Amino acid sequence: MRPLQRLRSRTVVLPDGNIDTDRIIPARFLTTTERSGLGAHLFADWRYAPDGRERADFPLNRPEARDCAVLVAGPNFGCGSSREHAPWALLDFGFRAVVSTAIADIFRSNSLKNGLLPLIVPESEGAWLLAHPGAEVDIDIATRILTLPDGTRVPFPLEPFAQHCLLEGLDELGYLLARRGAVEAYERAR
Amino acid sequence: MMSAAPRTLFEKVWQRHEVVPESASAPAILYVDLHLIHEVTSPQAFALLRERGLPVWRPRRTLATMDHSTPTETAQVFGGAPIAIEAAAQQVRELERNCAEFGVELLPLAHAERGIVHVIGPELGLSQPGSTIVCGDSHTSTHGAVGALAFGIGTTEVAHVLASQCLLQRKPRTLALTVTGKLAEGVGAKDLILYVIGQIGVGGGTGHVIEYRGPVIEGLDMESRMTVCNMSIEAGARAGMIAPDETTYAYLAGRPRAPRGAAWERALEAWRELPSDPGARFDRTVQVHAGLIEPMITYGTHPGMVMPIGGRVPERGDAAFARALDYMGLAPGQPLKDHPVDVVFIGSCTNARLSDLRSAARLLRGRRIARGLRMLVVPGSQQVKRAAESEGLDAVFREAGAEWRESGCSMCLGMNGDLVGRGQYSVSTSNRNFEGRQGSGARTLLASPLTAAACALTGRVTDPRELLGGAP
Repeated sequence: MRPLQRLRSRTVVLPDGNIDTDRIIPARFLTTTERSGLGAHLFADWRYAPDGRERADFPLNRPEARDCAVLVAGPNFGCGSSREHAPWALLDFGFRAVVSTAIADIFRSNSLKNGLLPLIVPESEGAWLLAHPGAEVDIDIATRILTLPDGTRVPFPLEPFAQHCLLEGLDELGYLLARRGAVEAYERAR
Repeated sequence: MMSAAPRTLFEKVWQRHEVVPESASAPAILYVDLHLIHEVTSPQAFALLRERGLPVWRPRRTLATMDHSTPTETAQVFGGAPIAIEAAAQQVRELERNCAEFGVELLPLAHAERGIVHVIGPELGLSQPGSTIVCGDSHTSTHGAVGALAFGIGTTEVAHVLASQCLLQRKPRTLALTVTGKLAEGVGAKDLILYVIGQIGVGGGTGHVIEYRGPVIEGLDMESRMTVCNMSIEAGARAGMIAPDETTYAYLAGRPRAPRGAAWERALEAWRELPSDPGARFDRTVQVHAGLIEPMITYGTHPGMVMPIGGRVPERGDAAFARALDYMGLAPGQPLKDHPVDVVFIGSCTNARLSDLRSAARLLRGRRIARGLRMLVVPGSQQVKRAAESEGLDAVFREAGAEWRESGCSMCLGMNGDLVGRGQYSVSTSNRNFEGRQGSGARTLLASPLTAAACALTGRVTDPRELLGGAP
């Protein structure tokens, strides 16, 4: 996993609530057996017209969105299926953080396992960010602080173990494998 | 003797599976009893094992099946014709190769016990009370109907379970959802869970495990309980659970992979300890009165956009709501009743069990579906298919003009080519009405099998109670 310590980027905003994983990556693209290459299909039915051309009015298609690493979205982002293809597609497109007032459980967990930060902000800051696309934000994983353009510091929750893994670029598998002795003891004791 | 604090069903199952309890700095290590895998969310997990040179650590605790991208046409399932979608064929081959190489049991495409992963787990007696069950699919919550802690995981976690039989998990909160009163005639488990999602919202269960309880839940048969638990994820919940009782034990007894003889007696003794203790505390409680529930139908692009079938599409100010209605081709204030329907789908892990097919057949028997309407009936498993055929339900569907297919996820998510056309209206017994879920531009109205059958007969959105002979 690529470590993530600090992120400074302008935001792209998708203000809808309940943006589901089918919207993020439609099921017809799940026939891949790879992790890579999904960025081209990110938000496919939203981003492209039926004839395959990019819709100019879709926020991700605007030229200024191309190098943004922070996606701001309405509440309950990532609801729906458990497809890890959703964070894979977001990462492949270039995002490293998704900011919302609420993020669905499985999507949040999948994101953390791939180095994509699911960042929960309070209602007022969430509303400000939704209303200000392109705002330059600074995200510091070590201090768990998001800084708005006016210098307002917004603390955000991040589970300490996940924070450690993000900072160090560690995945959880090594941690689990190192504890297989405890698992064997558990199996014997049942 | 120390008197322990009263515990919920969830807490009992959780504690029994803690290899290492959680601490401030690290999540719990939770043991997984049963790991179910399928062709779509497992290839990258096996690839990770290969990269690291790791074996599947406890191969007997994983069972593989094929359901998501697989064909439902008989010739393609049984080898008479190649799988039409090459990428799906590739996933099928890759799962076969991975299972052979890593020593995991696979129910392959032509197997008599193959089916939708959440249908076959309980059907085989593998899903058992008090166990932990995970699968790379969000509808794993279905298995909570037997009193298991069952939840969906991502592909990285599939790899974790394959390599260590464990997951790192923070303990979720608990929500007691009590259903009192009585469900009316023509109103079933699907209507109940759609109503619940409408009440608590699609994010209303986030971070929680829901325990469904109360007299109405106790009165549901096992397949109805599965329908309820299945859609827990549609309320954002981590899992849904129902305490095991005599209905559960009667369902599991004698199933091929359920314990037998002395092992059954021992299991039963342990299972009887599982229900939440009197006085056990839940983090949240919600009450629902079943008498208020009518046949439900969705009108929007998530399952929380739901109303009684005789209702009118509500008005709301926000842009996302307006956009959702625009996608659906509907307007605020408009009734859905009598709205034309192009496709009816009876299937999915929500509603493709024998009782669901019987419910639909009850209305279709001796009748014809509307001219020009396409109806697809896809049993949840090959065993469900054979059971339905043995009581003549396939003939009921075929004579009514419906297509009778081999089992799989099919038109629920349209990965296998079973698609709803752009702009078409589909009344579907599945679980998600997301934009594009059943095909690009497809418009999905979620409903019960009974309602779906009523809509198929008239070609319009129809209250099934009108066709049952009772007053609506």
